[in-house]
Amino acid sequence: MSETSYDIVIGLEIHVQLLTASKLFCGCSTKFGAPPNTQTCPVCTGMPGSLPVMNRRAFELGLRTALALNCQIAPFTKWDRKNYYYPDLPKGYQISQFDLPFSSEGWLEISDPKGKIEPRRIGIIRAHLEEDAGKSMHDEAAGQADSRIDLNRTGTPLLEIVSKPDMRSPAEAKAFLTELKLLLTYLEVSDCNMQEGSLRVDANVNLHIPTPDGKIATPIVEIKNMNSFRAVERALTYEAARQYEVWQETGQKIGDIPKQTRGWDDVANITRGQRHKEESSDYRYFPDPDLVPVTVTEATVADARAALGELPAALRTRLEATFGLTPYDSDVIVNQGKRGVEYFLELATHSGDGKLASNWFQQDVLRTLTEQKIEIDQFGLRPERLAGLLQKVRGKEIDTSRAREVFAAMATSQKSAAEVMAELGIVQVDESQLVELCRELLAANPKIVADIKEGRGKAAGALIGQAKKKNPNVNPGRLMEICLELAQGM
Amino acid sequence: MSVHELSASELIAQLNAGEITSTELTRACLDRIERYDDRVQAFLQVGAESALEQAQAIDQKRKQKQPVGPLAGLPVGIKDLLCTQGVVTTCGSKMLEHFRPPYDATVIARLKQADAVLLGRLNLDEFAMGGSCENSAYFPTRNPWDLERIPGGSSGGSAAAVAAGMLPLTLGTDTGGSIRLPAGLCGVTGLKPSYGRVSRYGLVAFASSLDQIGPFGQTAEDCALALEVIAGHDPHDSTSVAQPVPAYRAALRQPLEGLRLGIVREHFGEGLDAEVEKAVREALRVYESLGAKLVDISLPHAKYGVAVYYLIAPCEASSNLARYDGAHYGHRTDEKAMHKQLAEERAVLQAAGNERGLGQLDSALVRMYRASRAEGFGAEVKRRIMLGTYALSAGYYDAYYLKALRVRRLIRQDFDEAFRQVDLIAGPVSAAPAFRIGEKADDPLSMYLVDLYTVSANLAGIAGISVPCGISQSGLPIGLQLQAPAFGEEKLLAGAHLYQQATDWHRRRPQLP
Ligand SMILES: [Zn+2]
Repeated sequence: MSETSYDIVIGLEIHVQLLTASKLFCGCSTKFGAPPNTQTCPVCTGMPGSLPVMNRRAFELGLRTALALNCQIAPFTKWDRKNYYYPDLPKGYQISQFDLPFSSEGWLEISDPKGKIEPRRIGIIRAHLEEDAGKSMHDEAAGQADSRIDLNRTGTPLLEIVSKPDMRSPAEAKAFLTELKLLLTYLEVSDCNMQEGSLRVDANVNLHIPTPDGKIATPIVEIKNMNSFRAVERALTYEAARQYEVWQETGQKIGDIPKQTRGWDDVANITRGQRHKEESSDYRYFPDPDLVPVTVTEATVADARAALGELPAALRTRLEATFGLTPYDSDVIVNQGKRGVEYFLELATHSGDGKLASNWFQQDVLRTLTEQKIEIDQFGLRPERLAGLLQKVRGKEIDTSRAREVFAAMATSQKSAAEVMAELGIVQVDESQLVELCRELLAANPKIVADIKEGRGKAAGALIGQAKKKNPNVNPGRLMEICLELAQGM
Repeated sequence: MSVHELSASELIAQLNAGEITSTELTRACLDRIERYDDRVQAFLQVGAESALEQAQAIDQKRKQKQPVGPLAGLPVGIKDLLCTQGVVTTCGSKMLEHFRPPYDATVIARLKQADAVLLGRLNLDEFAMGGSCENSAYFPTRNPWDLERIPGGSSGGSAAAVAAGMLPLTLGTDTGGSIRLPAGLCGVTGLKPSYGRVSRYGLVAFASSLDQIGPFGQTAEDCALALEVIAGHDPHDSTSVAQPVPAYRAALRQPLEGLRLGIVREHFGEGLDAEVEKAVREALRVYESLGAKLVDISLPHAKYGVAVYYLIAPCEASSNLARYDGAHYGHRTDEKAMHKQLAEERAVLQAAGNERGLGQLDSALVRMYRASRAEGFGAEVKRRIMLGTYALSAGYYDAYYLKALRVRRLIRQDFDEAFRQVDLIAGPVSAAPAFRIGEKADDPLSMYLVDLYTVSANLAGIAGISVPCGISQSGLPIGLQLQAPAFGEEKLLAGAHLYQQATDWHRRRPQLP
């Protein structure tokens, strides 16, 4: 069966924990990792008589994200109750937004610097706010069927982002998630930590299969339990193949069976059907009478829009236009986050050479960060100082390999490029000295001279090592040029 | 006059004048409770020791010339629906028999701040669902005027305690008439403030968009005093309105010449008891003699009030009461027995090789939920949860809940229209005086109709007060209801005060055996 025999149709639902100090409807801390049930109060534990009060900050973060996703902002939005019973839901309902979400109809552009997927816009159906539930922990270690409930997470603000079913491959889904995560990081609205659950992804997927009777769609499956973007990609790949197989066996079309939920098993690399909790859930949504509707003025939207700052897509374009970087390079730099981009911009400006700055930033700075396991703002070699070194490289005062030595020394000290070079005795070698040195070397290596004369210019490379032994400051490029010229005349 | 006949305002004057101490007054109330409450049964709990401690502390403050709050050491009773830190708050339900809130409702905190002595917890219909106080899971409260009759509900204990002279001031809640109705049937004064006037934080919700806390006292002046203490914006309740709290007592004496009193045509139709009509019409004549102008008005959608109320209130209740699932709050069924039964049922199905049956067995969790709620809730609460769950279900939502919301808007518009012509609306509180205990027990529909004249105020969010305006031939009190636009409590209380200055129905007390 060829790969093009069907289209994969993918929509994503992403839950993002917003970086507020306190919960969505009470003053409790949202910090991760505290001992169970220590970050609770009458409101988030659903104590009889308690009432929710909206956290303005959470709404602002939601608004900021929705604007960055090019969403329409509703001038009037309200809170609804989603009613269901579960032990981690102390009130017996979740406060969410049903028919009047605060934002809808947006898009996010995905692209691939390696050109594997076409750049295009993925539609956003809506983004709405809701409160998180708690965590159930099943304590079966002692052979007991006891469940324990931790309500620390209950009431943490979540932004639910629902995409349109616009993605056509697992790679596109991954690209969407990667771009979304980068955007959220730039907006500083979430730490996007999938391990701690601050970013959760569910995927809806089915196939459109062309048949002689027209295109048919397979039943939609929702996939849960994916703990990384890689897992999302693999789960979708697996699921598409599985659905095709099932379709070949059963011929089941969308609507023939109820929507299925399957969980991704990261070890076995398969999706498994999950037990249906109810045939079809009726959440009995209705407006929460404890909360007043929220009106969002145009001025509020304008202020939030103005405060967005430069976002990844715009930054990439700017880096490419200003410094002549390739899409690949601009992507690598923008992926480093706001601080990384700031570092690069200073380096490029002070050194006066964007491409050179891009190379040094990607190869040397990023490598050092990885080696030292630190973030860019912890890196002691600030861009202005590093730019001093890059200027010397540009001016051919130092060759790249010696410049790396200087970089290493600068990274562990507060010294300038000139200071380090002086310490290492790096001085520019005078041209006449260099010619003299070349003559000596060629005279001592007649075999190499012969090789050069026969057109094997590369042979001159062997002289670099010898030259460096005599004078470590020689510029290898210039040395080669002189040797080739002199050899031809011998 | 004995202290039991004095109003809260009069007692506060005596306390502040040093004519009586808070401890003496608290003791007098405790004595009276001791003497009569085994028959009236207004209290679910009397905190004698704690009340005396609070009273002594306030007396001490006064002795040391420290400032004393506006309630001056007055004993106050609380409907057992308002959370009080460390004090069992049952809501009249078996479900919350052992529930001790770790926090104070905002009104409780304000009462404490005002130097009230919190003396006891008053009986109610379970979760405030009922109009007779017969739905309490513990016992029905009796009407002090006739112990065979209901005191009205749901704040029956709060009304009966004041009527029997056991307490000068109590708090209740009003969702569809639960303050005004028992006030009317017990011959005391009861105020339902406008929605948003008093914080609901700590009021165990029945129907959030309708619930409101209010006071019972002997007079409108008592209610004004209490409202000054409990009203005001609360950052913990986003539906509480940020409007300043006027000096309601000072406003009582505002001149009301030319007061326009709206008489609702629809209130005097079929079903209104002749004695009640006579008493209400007599009260209207009193107003006329005091210079008020009676204006004939119409509230055309008021007739849908009860129907709308019995959709909206149960819908909200079905969700508000979901938290009593045995997992976090409320009674939990005997889990051992539940697990045992589940194991037995499973064994039987397994022995029969009944795979289908096994697949359909509910999980232990679902069984726990079901049994806990079945055991913890009473019949009326279950009825309303079912009504609300049904009305909110997919396919019914538009026809019931949404339509009810639309009619609610029409009812509100009727009032807006009416209040363009009149200052206050006057009419009966209930169609008849108190009925006999058990009389309507098998007829929930006729029970629901006791709210006929009161529900629309809750649906519209306006203020209402019930003042005594007569005694029936069989010796039962009759109430007059006054209604004012939202946040029109000043005029409402002044209107009630005006009437009470000219009459003495509010001074009549039942002869307790
Ligand atoms: Zn909390």
